[in-house]
Order: sequence, then C-alpha cells, then structure tokens
Amino acid sequence: MLRDRFFKFGLKLAGGLIALLIFSIFVSLVIASIPSIKEFGLSFVFGKEWNPVEEHFSALPFIIGTLLTSVLALAISLPFSLAIAFFSGEFSKKGLISSLIAYATDLLAGIPSVIYGFWGLFFLVPLIRKLELSFNIPPYGVGIFTASLVLSIMIIPYASSMARDVIALVPSDLKEAGFALGSTRLEVIKKVIFPYSVSGIFAGLLLAFGRAIGETMAVTMVIGNANRIPHSLFEPANTLASVIANEFTEATSDIHLSSLIYLGLILFIITFFINYIGNMIIERMSVNGRS
Amino acid sequence: MGEVKLRILKDRIFTFIIYLLTFLSVIPLFAILFSLVKKGLGVINLNFFITLPKPPPDAGGILNALVGTFLLVLIASIVSIPIGIVAGLFLVETRNRFANMLRVLINVLQGLPSIVIGIIAYLWVVKPMGGFSALSGGIALGIMMLPMVVKSTEETIKLIPYTLREASYALGADYFTTIFKVVLPAGISGILNGILLGIARIAGETAPLLFTAFGNPYLNFNPAKPVDSLPLLIFNYAMSPYERWQNAAWGASFVLIAFVLLINIGVKLGGRRWRVKL
Amino acid sequence: MKKILFILLVILIAGFNTAGFSKGIELTGAGATFPYPLYSKMFNEYHKLTGTKVNYQAIGSGGGIRQLRAKTVDFGASDAFVNDEGLKKFASPIVHIPMTAGAVVVAYNLPGNPQLKLTPEVLADIFLGKIKKWNDKRIAELNKNVQLPSLPIMVAHRSDGSGTTFIFTDYLSKVSKEWKEKVGKGKSVNWPVGLGGKGNQGVAGLVKNMPGSIGYVELAYAIQNNMPYATLKNKAGNFVKPSLESVSKAANIDLPDDMRVSLTNTGASYGYPISGFTWILVYQNLEDGKLSEEKAKELVNLLKWMLTEGQKYCEPLHYAPLSETAKKKALAILKKVKYRGKALLK
Repeated sequence: MLRDRFFKFGLKLAGGLIALLIFSIFVSLVIASIPSIKEFGLSFVFGKEWNPVEEHFSALPFIIGTLLTSVLALAISLPFSLAIAFFSGEFSKKGLISSLIAYATDLLAGIPSVIYGFWGLFFLVPLIRKLELSFNIPPYGVGIFTASLVLSIMIIPYASSMARDVIALVPSDLKEAGFALGSTRLEVIKKVIFPYSVSGIFAGLLLAFGRAIGETMAVTMVIGNANRIPHSLFEPANTLASVIANEFTEATSDIHLSSLIYLGLILFIITFFINYIGNMIIERMSVNGRS
Repeated sequence: MGEVKLRILKDRIFTFIIYLLTFLSVIPLFAILFSLVKKGLGVINLNFFITLPKPPPDAGGILNALVGTFLLVLIASIVSIPIGIVAGLFLVETRNRFANMLRVLINVLQGLPSIVIGIIAYLWVVKPMGGFSALSGGIALGIMMLPMVVKSTEETIKLIPYTLREASYALGADYFTTIFKVVLPAGISGILNGILLGIARIAGETAPLLFTAFGNPYLNFNPAKPVDSLPLLIFNYAMSPYERWQNAAWGASFVLIAFVLLINIGVKLGGRRWRVKL
Repeated sequence: MKKILFILLVILIAGFNTAGFSKGIELTGAGATFPYPLYSKMFNEYHKLTGTKVNYQAIGSGGGIRQLRAKTVDFGASDAFVNDEGLKKFASPIVHIPMTAGAVVVAYNLPGNPQLKLTPEVLADIFLGKIKKWNDKRIAELNKNVQLPSLPIMVAHRSDGSGTTFIFTDYLSKVSKEWKEKVGKGKSVNWPVGLGGKGNQGVAGLVKNMPGSIGYVELAYAIQNNMPYATLKNKAGNFVKPSLESVSKAANIDLPDDMRVSLTNTGASYGYPISGFTWILVYQNLEDGKLSEEKAKELVNLLKWMLTEGQKYCEPLHYAPLSETAKKKALAILKKVKYRGKALLK
C-alpha cells in the first residue's frame, strides 16, 4: 500500500531528522567559531587571558571554573545521592517513606534552575558570607564554593535515580545467598550489590556530572562572574556556560562573539562525550530497555 | 563473639548514616519551598496576574511574562510534538543499528547544556530574522522538549500489547490506520504525560531565552517579536537592586513552581497506568 | 491529537493577525542600558502624542552598534562613541546625536553610609587591587572625620559589555598610567580584581548586598537606590559631588561639530570628572539603513522631539539635559540626515 510506504518513510525521515539536527548543531557551532579558531587556534584552550580590550580571548579560566564547580558539586552530592539510592533501592523499597523520598527527589529535579539560583542568592550567599567573615576571607558570599553547593543540590536527583534503579535491579537470589552465608546488610551491599551495580552507578554519576557542567542560570547567579583563574574556592569565577550567558548579547566585536561560540563548542564537545559514554553504559546494561 | 558484635555495630552505623543522609538531602527542597511560600505568597493577588510591569521603584504585574511563557510553550509544542511522536514510533518499529544509535543520540541531546541550544537558536533563527523573537525562543525550547516527547512515545507504545495490532490487522486495517486509530489512541495518555512533563521542564528554562526571546516589558502576541517569560522575569528582577522587583520575583517564582508542581502531581495521579520515565 | 494541533494552530494564526493589526509607524532601536529609563519614558510620551510605537531593546552599547551595522534596527544607542577605526567598519556613514549626559558614580556599601572623598590615584589603586582594606592609610588621609572599618574592599564591576564601563575605564586610563598600561579602556575589560554583575542594576544589586563593596554605576541608579557615592577630585583640583549640575558643568567645554567627544576628566573647574554623553546613532543617509521614506521621516521627527520638548523628562529621572550649545550642535547634525539626498528636518 502506498500510504503505508509513505508512512514508513515518514518514520525514517523523523528519525533521520533528529540525527541530522544534532549533527547540524555541531557543524553550526564549528562554522560560527571559525574566526576565533583561525585567530587563536588550539592555544585558545590553554590561554589564561580573556581580554576584550586587546581582543585576546582564551578559555582556560572558564574551563577551570567549570571543572572546579562540577567536580566539587559531584563530591558534595555523592554521599547524599548514594544514600538515597541505597535507601530506596535496598533498605526501603516500598512503603510511604520510600515513595515520599522518590517524590521529593522528583520535585528537586523539577525546580527550574533560575529558582535554585534565586534561592541560593538570598539564602545560601548570606550564610556563606558569614562563614567567610568568621574565617577572615573576603566575604564575597558568591563564588565557586557557593555555586558548587547549589549545583550539588540540583544534581542529587540525576545521580540518585539511576543508582536507585540499578541497585533495585540486583537479583534477590544473589543477595539472599549473601545473607544465608551470615553476612550483614553492609557486607551484602559491599560484596554483592555494589560490584553488581557499580557501572550503572558510575553512569548515573557521569550524567549528573554532565548536568553540572552545562548548568547555566543557577551558576551565573551565584558564581560572581569574574573572568580570572581563581586561586581559592571562595573566590568569584566564571564557567563556560555562565560567561556565555553574561556576554553573548553585548559582545562588541565579531571576534568576541565568535570566541563565545567557541566556548560553546568546547562545552558541546565535553558534554557530548560525557553523555555519550554515560548513555552507552546504560544502553549496554539495558536498564532503559527493560520492558 | 566480639567480631560478630563489631560487624553488627558497623552495619547499624551504616544503616543510621544512610537514613540520616537521605533525610538531610530532602531538607533543601523544603527550604526552597518554604522560602517561596513565605516570600512569594504575600505578593500575589489578582492584579499581579493581570497587569504589566512598571518602571522602578514600582514593580507591577507579570501579565507580559505569563503571555510570553504561554506563547513560547505553544511554539515549542508545535515544533517538537509532531516530529517527536513520529520519531518515537520509528524507534519502536525499527530494530537496527541506526535506531540504537539514534536512541543514544536523543539522550545526548537531552543532556546538552541549554545555553548551547540558545546559541544554536541564535545562529539559526535570530541572525537570519535580524532580531530577537518569540519564535527563536520557542524553537530553542522545542529542541529541548523534543527528546522528552520521543522517549515518552517510545516507552508508552512499547508497552501496548502487540495483540492489539494483530486484531487491527485481522480486521483488514493497514499499517497507517493501525498506528493512528489503534496504537496511538491506546497510548495517548502516556504520551500526553510525557508532553506535560516536557512542558513543565521547558516552562522553567531561562538560559536559552537570554538571547532568543530576550524579554519584553510590554504585552506581545507576535511570534516575530521579543517576548518575556516567567523565568526571564525572575532572573532580571532577582538580580535587580529594587526591593519591589525582588518581591515580584518571589511572587513569580511561586507562580512558576506552582505550575510545575501541579503538572507533576497531575501526571503522577492521572498517569499511574503508564510509568513514563524521562 | 490532530484536533489539538489544529486548535493550537488556529490560536497561533489568530495571534499573528491581532498582533499585525497595529496603527501607526513602528520604529525599532537597540543599545545602551544606561538611558533606558529615560528613553522608555520619552518613547511612551511620544507614543501618546503621535501614535508612533518605538520598540527599544536595552541590549548594551556594544550590541546597539552591532545591530545598527547589521541593519536590523532603525537606530542604535551607545554611551561610547564609535572611534575612527570603528566607523570604517560601517558600509555607509553614520552620525552621533547626543541625547543627554550622565555621570558614572563610585558607589559603596559601608556601615553608617559615610560620605567619602576620593582622589583619582586612590580610586585607580582600589580598582587595580593595590588598596585592599577600607582603613588603608591613603583612604583615611582623605577622610579624616570618617570612622573607616577594617573591612576588605570588594570591587564590583560590570560582567557585560557596557558604555558605563567605557566611560569609567576611559577616566581611569586618563588619570592612571598604570591602569592605562595594565587594563586600558573599553566596553568590557579584563578586570584585575573583583566580581561582576549584569547591567547597571546588577552592579547596584551587588554593592547593595555586600558590606565593604565598591562599584561604579550610573548616577540615576545610585540615587534611586539610596546608595552613598564618593566625591571625586577633578582635574582642576576641586572635590566635586556628582549631580546633574556638575555633569552639565563638565560638558561646558569646546564641543566638536560631530559631537563625538569624551567628557571624562575635562578641564571644567567644577565639573564632575566621570561624565559622558549618551548618543543615538543613525545612518546619515537613512536609506542605507534599509528604512522606508515614511519611517525615515518619523525617525527624524522623533529625534527632533527628543532634543527639544523631550528634554524636559531628563531631570525628573536624574539625567542631565543638554546645554543650549550642545542642543544646537545636535540639531545641526540632525539637519544633515537625509533620505535619498533630501534633508528631512525643516
């Protein structure tokens, strides 16, 4: 039938279009960064200066800012995410408390990032400022540490939900075998559940890391927007995403705009690979594919 | 015997830590919701919804942002829903390497930073059109919503028993009719849930709108012109030094979060049948 | 599903139509954020008078110049004039029409809101990060009757490109050799210290919320927010408090005919040293900017109104109105604006 053939073609077309979309995003970013790539080449990545007056641009301050905030955020959220995952994946699989916790993490994921930033600005920043005053460091309040704190809350749902799913999927006969041998729950978790689910947990953390790297608004509002390599965790800095958010509409010269897009390209490449690896691990475990 | 006691003690401590950390991690949620209710609720009255912003030191209402968000979500839906559903069907119907690769790519697309999508909408729409517009913002949000539509369609349709299709084929229906008259209607509530969750997500996005939808203190229905949106208004007001603007930002945050939570709760209550995961 | 989509489509098309239904001419402009409150007031009044809608997007001076060059707007606005090199990047000639003058003030957040006096050297060293504490000897010497706390100084600056930054760094470059060599002037610069806020509002917000901070904002923003701001020593050696009057005095110098002039550190004896004009930029031959004749005529009418009757909206909003000489020169420039060789201002 003709209609069916058209329809099946339509299905393929839609699939192809999405693949094309992602490819064109990459190509467009590359094309728009060409003026900056030509001017600065790969040294863009390692240069320390972002100087609009001299029209000399490089990415290192922002790459460092991005990595610092997201690694710190991941480290802060790790114990909490794992605790939630073990709690609802092993300790309390069903029941009111468990579903309340699941609900709460879903809501955490649903809160718009601008609200996280706003709350961070008015709730966390004064707290950090007090802390800094008592340690006798300049009380900026905003800075890398504050940004990491906000980020760590934001990524808890992403890191914990994947880990919870794989932990819940550990076959109960394996666990029961452990208990039958006289192991405590801690030992079963250490020797059975953790080794079984480690790659899934890792994939979840990777995806959460990707989120933290690309997060824009919440970070922009509390990081302090300083285009320098920070010397301490309490100093203001900027990330790849936040510098783009700040400077994009007001870029004065073409090379400035192109350099901002170059930063976007770097961000695209980093997050593309992190997400690609994370999702390949999941696809292989077919956690998503279970029906 | 001492060793066993030690093992049990360790286990107890571990269990305690797990419970403690789990409950600690819920605290930020309540802290945020508490702030929003405490500071936001007082600002809200009918005028807040039906008037436009005023120049400082006054704040006025958020009508422009409500209309803008509606317009942006509408455009994003038009951009993403049809192609998303068809692509989702493709993933269900096809089993080959391309489909597997596409599945991963769609997850990658979902993980792309929203600011990058904003740059793309700027390059593809704002530059050629020669100005900021609701259309460019809507397209950026549409690209972000697309993976959610695709995934919810795939997950839902996969769960529909194959026997349903066989019954349709047996009645002489062709493939097209079977999909559109039998399979899709059977899964419509699941797909709709996915779409609603997608809308809840993009309605709160700010970064891709900074240099696409741009913001606008006036009322605008024209897709070719800049519009404001709730999150943009919250950002601009939150970063301002005017107290009334900051109060209005709390009010707007309350409205936004109420909208997002209502959708989430509605989907949870209404959508028990389809366990769509995004 | 089809029905829902259909309904959505109908709504969208209806939206298009109602929006397309507008009387009168619509002009679009983009640029500086500093005069935005004034311009929105002026455009609002002009709309009431004539029905002409002016859609002004405050995207920053850099963006305004960029959009004018790309011909996506009918006029641009900037707090920094386009230098000779920048003019060459335009395919056809543009003119600068000054609209108002403003002051960039040094605002701070200290316990008790004291009134501080600063010299150019001290100011530059604070922004260079060389003076780190509020009770530094050099600040204390200038402010003997003020109890200065031992708080660290936190510098707040703009994180986006802006004409306000240009005026401020232009001033610092004129008064400090070290600043000129290390940092220079521009709409955005590589700041040696401090943290950034987006827009005049963003910096004002930072300074307001951080005890011990210092930043530069437009006078209007400082007044509206009840922020204390410093009295500065000018070139003539007088300590001058920023005000509409002292800004007007700073502009009391020989003005060039094209009005592209910096008002920072002028020789005027009682002028506030960090002052500047803000300009509207249009193509000299408006057809070069892709304007229709109708729009071109209306744009010139608008600009003339802003230079004459519109000036009365300056003072209530804390902008300095143009002096008579400046107004005359501005109108003379406007007379040179043409459409297909025809002058539009009678």
